[in-house]
Amino acid sequence: MALSQQEILAGLAEIVNEVAGIPASDVQMDKSFTDDLDVDSLSMVEVVVAAEEKFGVRIPDDDVKNLKTVGDAVTYIEKAGVTA
Amino acid sequence: MGLLTGKRLLITGVLTEASIAFDTARLAQDEGAQVVLSSYGRVRRLTERIAGRLPQPAPVIELDVTNVDDLAALPERVGEHLDGLDGVVHAIAFAPEAALGGNFLNTGWDDVATAFHVSAYSLKALTTAALPMMPDGGSVVGLDFDATVAWPLYDWMGVAKAALESCSRYLARDLGKQNVRVNLVSAGPIRTMAAKGIPGFEGLAAIWETRAPLAWDVADAEPAARAIVALLSDWFPKTTGEIVHVDGGVHAMGS
Repeated sequence: MALSQQEILAGLAEIVNEVAGIPASDVQMDKSFTDDLDVDSLSMVEVVVAAEEKFGVRIPDDDVKNLKTVGDAVTYIEKAGVTA
Repeated sequence: MGLLTGKRLLITGVLTEASIAFDTARLAQDEGAQVVLSSYGRVRRLTERIAGRLPQPAPVIELDVTNVDDLAALPERVGEHLDGLDGVVHAIAFAPEAALGGNFLNTGWDDVATAFHVSAYSLKALTTAALPMMPDGGSVVGLDFDATVAWPLYDWMGVAKAALESCSRYLARDLGKQNVRVNLVSAGPIRTMAAKGIPGFEGLAAIWETRAPLAWDVADAEPAARAIVALLSDWFPKTTGEIVHVDGGVHAMGS
């Protein structure tokens, strides 16, 4: 069964917390990784690598730069067809 | 029998799958080498995640090449995984923002010194730190970007690469009697994490598009990695102080 947006968000929040030390509760759909959450470029790379492993998806570099907000990333992962 | 069967290697600079060092580690394992990676500080966790994507898992040791304690501890840390070294890959460079991007005439010494320390002196520091593990000789390979000419926006990183080129020649001079070879691979532009920090990268990529006799792909690190693997192998036994250009031929063209 496909993961819901809420489940993806929760998983992503856990990763952002682990990588960048940001409280998971701050990681909301409308938050920008760089402007709101202060995730720098190096941490963003690690978030992407960790997300690829957690959700079993591939996120090419060219797509990463379009993932401005948490919501962008959740939607991307959802579309990439994650299954639980 | 692989090109590197039985070789024990320390490979620095694996950051993402796009890293030249990642392709080097991958090919080296495919060719039979045992590989230990190094990383440092907050980058290390990323290296550890990426290490899991190699054909075989590779241990990651802590090594900041500007930290004398880390350098002194290198034999012990590598020794936990390998009983010696036959090769070392230096894929390390850094320049502060002020040293790159068109501010050449105004860059202060502190920023230049950092670029030199991390990008050029570190070849000497890493090599001598690894030397006790290479009693029967070995091969050291570093990553270069052609420093014989001036490039747009590359600035003090370019000067640091010139120092790296010279450093490798002096190392070759002093380590020949220990049968340690020291060579560089001068690669064309490759879209790595390091390249993202180079303001003029797209401009350099455009130069390669028009000037390289051999079609150049900025997304493909494997050609450079193959040359590194070859230099680590026994197939360049009398080559040292050399710069092998893996740049599609751009260095040889007038325009």
